[in-house]
Parts: sequence; C-alpha cells; structure tokens
Amino acid sequence: MINNISAKLLEAKNEPLWYFNKNSLIIIGVIVLSLLLFPFASPSKFAIHLMMMIFMHAVMAQSWNVLAGFSGQISLGHAIFYGIGAYATAYFYVKLHITPWIGILIGIGISGFVAMLIGIPILRLKGHYFAIATLLIGISFQVVFQRWPEVGSSSGLWIPINRDSPWTSMQFHKSKVAYYYISLIFFIGTFFLVWLLNRSKLGYRLRAIRDQSDAASSLGIHVSKYKIIAFVISAMIMAPMGSIYAQYVLIVDPNNAFNVDISILVLLISVMGGVGNIWGPIIGAVILIPISEFSRIYFGGTGHSIDLIVYGVLIIIICIFRPAGIVSLIPRSFREREKAK
Amino acid sequence: MSILLKVENLSRSFGGIHANSDISFDVKEGEILGVIGPNGAGKSTLFDLITGFTKSDRGQVILRDKNITNIRPDLICRMGVGRTFQKLKPFADQTLLENVIVGALVNEKNLKVARDKALEIIDFVDLIEKRHHYAKELSTGQRKRLELARALATDPKLLLMDEVTGGVDQRTIPGLVELVLKLKKNGITVVTIEHNMKIIMDISDRILALNQGKRIAFDIPKNISQNSQVIDAYLGTVDAA
Repeated sequence: MINNISAKLLEAKNEPLWYFNKNSLIIIGVIVLSLLLFPFASPSKFAIHLMMMIFMHAVMAQSWNVLAGFSGQISLGHAIFYGIGAYATAYFYVKLHITPWIGILIGIGISGFVAMLIGIPILRLKGHYFAIATLLIGISFQVVFQRWPEVGSSSGLWIPINRDSPWTSMQFHKSKVAYYYISLIFFIGTFFLVWLLNRSKLGYRLRAIRDQSDAASSLGIHVSKYKIIAFVISAMIMAPMGSIYAQYVLIVDPNNAFNVDISILVLLISVMGGVGNIWGPIIGAVILIPISEFSRIYFGGTGHSIDLIVYGVLIIIICIFRPAGIVSLIPRSFREREKAK
Repeated sequence: MSILLKVENLSRSFGGIHANSDISFDVKEGEILGVIGPNGAGKSTLFDLITGFTKSDRGQVILRDKNITNIRPDLICRMGVGRTFQKLKPFADQTLLENVIVGALVNEKNLKVARDKALEIIDFVDLIEKRHHYAKELSTGQRKRLELARALATDPKLLLMDEVTGGVDQRTIPGLVELVLKLKKNGITVVTIEHNMKIIMDISDRILALNQGKRIAFDIPKNISQNSQVIDAYLGTVDAA
C-alpha cells in the first residue's frame, strides 16, 4: 500500500514503542526503596498494619480495575474471589495440612476457574445487568458457605496456631513485619503485572472492548473471550489477598470472607483513585484505607461507619469535580501512557 | 473481474418493519460499489447483515466461495471484510496510533511490527502528525480517517464504508473522496454508502439503490441516474419538485 516513505513516517518509526518518563521512574524507585526500608525505621505495630492494609486493598482494587478499567465490566461481586482465596489456604491447611504458600496457589487456580465458569454465562450481559448478576452471585457464595459443613458453615474455619514453624505455616506471631513484606511483594508484583498487561496485545484488545465493543468486534476481537480472560486475570489477582488476610487473622468465616462490603470498597477505591489507570487503585487505597483504620481507632469497633460517611462525601466530590479520579490531578507527563507530542 | 461478494435474497425484519427484503447483488473484485437510498432504506442494516452485527432472517452472504451468513463479526473481519460505522466508534480515550494498532494486531503477532504497520497506514490517510493525539481530540473528518485507517490495518479485501463524507465540512470532503479512490488504486474493493449524489456518481463503478428495504436498482451510475424508480424514491419526481 505504501509507495513513498515520508520523512515523518521514518521519524515516527524510529520512536520507541514505549516512553519511560525518567521523573516518574525515579519517583517509583524512591517509593519502592522507602517501602522496603520502612520496617527498619521502627514503626509502630499500627503503622505496619496500616501499610499492609493499604497494600492489600490497592491490590484488590487493582484486580477490580483490570476488569472494570480495562474491559469495562463493573463487578459488584469481587468478594467471591477474596473469599475463595481465604478459604483455599485455610481449608487446605486445616484439613490437609498443606502449607498456605501452596494454598495461595490453589486459591489463585480455583478463583480463575470459578471466574471462567461464572464469566461464560454472565459476561454476555452488558452494563447494569452484569453488575447485578455479580452482586447476586457474590451473595449466593456467602449463603452456600454459610450452609456448607465441610468448610465450617457459619462459624467458618479456625486456623490452628503454630508457633514452631512460622514460615511453613505462614504464621508470624512475634511481629507483623513478615506480613508487611509478603503484602508488599504482592503489591509490587501486581503493579508490575498490570503495567505489563497494559502494554501487551491483550491490553490493547481489552481497552478496545472497554471503549467500543462493536468497533473492537469489527477489528477481529472476540469480545466475549477477552472479557472472560480479563475476568479470570482479575479473579486470580484478588484471591491471594484473601489468603494473606486469612493467615493474618487466622479465621475465615463466610460473613467476612464473602462480605459485599469488600466488593463495594474495592470499587470505591478504584473510582476515587481513577478507573482504567494503573495508579488509580494505589492512590485510592492510600486515601481511603487510613480513613477507615483511623475511624476504627477513634470511634471504636467498626468505626461507627464514620468511614463510610466520609467515603460517600469524597466519592460525591470526586464524581462532581474529578470524574476521572484523583489521578487526573497528576500532570499527564507523569502518567504512564503519555507519549511525546 | 471475479466476484468477491455475493448477496442472495438477504432479508431482515424488526417486528413488522422489513429493514431488508430479498436484497441480492454482487461485488466484483477491485470495484467501488455505491449504495444509495433515502433515510430508512436499509443501507446500514445491509452492512450489519454482511458483517455479522445483525443476524439475517433468510438469504445468504458469500465471500468468494465461503458462506459467511450470520458468522460472528470478528471472524468475518479475519476473513478479510473491514468496515466503518455511520455513527463513529473511535476508541476515544486512546491515541490515534493505539486505535490503529488494535486493527493491525489482527494479522501481526509482534507489537512493534503492528505499530510500524499502523504508522504506515496512518501516513496513508495523512494523519501522521496526529498519531499521538487522543481520538476524542480529533475533528469529525479526522475521526473518519481514523476509522478508515483502523479498518485498513486489518488487511481487508473488501471494505464497507458507511457514509464516509457524512457530517464533515465541505473542505474536508475532497480529501476523503481522494482517499477512497486511493484505496481502489491499491486494489481494495470498496462498498460505500453515500448520500452525496455527485460523489457517488463520480466514484462508483456500479450503484445499488435501495428504498424501504428493497432493491430498486442495481446498475452503472449513468443508468441509475436515469432510472425512474430511483428518481421517484431518492431524487424526487418532477411533480414533487
């Protein structure tokens, strides 16, 4: 088709496939180094706990973001995969004495498989119908686990305390630092995975489906297949957070593991930070999780739901003034997909 | 010229409305086939039926020797049929280059190769300087070119273009027409829906005229312009004028 190669075309072809903003790379490097060194600054137990919660919720929101932000499907039932991850490690450790490290992998596998089974029928639904279907399936999971004796019914599973082999049992009773590093590794790993996904052929196809599924279809993309792939990846990212939390509190019950609040919270974090942007879930978690944790401290128990009121107000403000999330306040040149103009 | 696409008795109704009734025509390799008809004649439905976006009630669509009736749109694309939409569907939050890369990935496994191919096509549609602009930042005419570039990136043998000059300003139209003729020169068979009669008469080898879901004429432009049914339905009668 091309007869004469123009100078501008040659110039364009010589451009790198991806631009890396030096400033943002330096900032990321400094943040990662600070996070790695953080426990050496003798922080309080609460500070370690708070950081862990931020990491875990950022990963969970990133999981939701892969589905909603990249392929445009709004899920209200992501707690399903958190619960499966939590139950997988607990069940296999309690009943079969399989180390939680293997349990995490099993949880990831089961979550991916369940996402595929759920996804095949419901990903044909669009918009609100898909969201409602995920919400109801999420509640169904909670009800099934409440009535399933093999997994402890409503009482759930109590993970026996093991002080002899902390690494094998993934139980660290003297300090929370090990949990901190485990969640940090998943946080960095997930960020890197989603960063790669964003730049892959799969990323291009998912974004195309999100923006215009008919146009994507006219460009040879099997829309249903790629939506299922996104759902499976999203579920597999979510599951380990359930596993880690189960090992952290040593109890898994259906009311907490499959709680719809988890599904809503990961949505709120992503919306606040910025849906469809790799930084969005991180920014959202950094803002919302401390509000939740501090309100628990100052108001006791579950924080009298003060955090939910604050979330609501913040989300309304964001929706009115920054619908693209807080990430849109960051100059474009610092964001990942900016190209040289 | 051999037959690239053959449409036989293609029909589709929505409730009691016959959007397409027994439409038959063929498209020869390398030609430009114009499709005309007043609003609601069934032109866009015909494109949707050919490209699998709407299932037909009866009739068939044959691409070379393959029956592609009611096959999924993505498979039809992979068989060499590209299309643009009447109501533009750009990936608004992505750059022009990213839009076209999505099309290039149909046949290219390597992302860098797909990027280079996308750049060549963007250059072909004269938008190379806008490659890093978000689709939502482009003008209507530029978005028409974007859609064309995206479809071209899939290496179509047959390209269906739905109102390529619709909704753009007068100064942009000659460039778009030139682009369609450039496609023909490059061996791409084009079926184009167009409301601008002067353009369609100038660029088409043959014209298919529809009215109220039915084929009323299928001939060379000169004969179409003299066809009484077409004049009645589309151009208006002398009495009416």
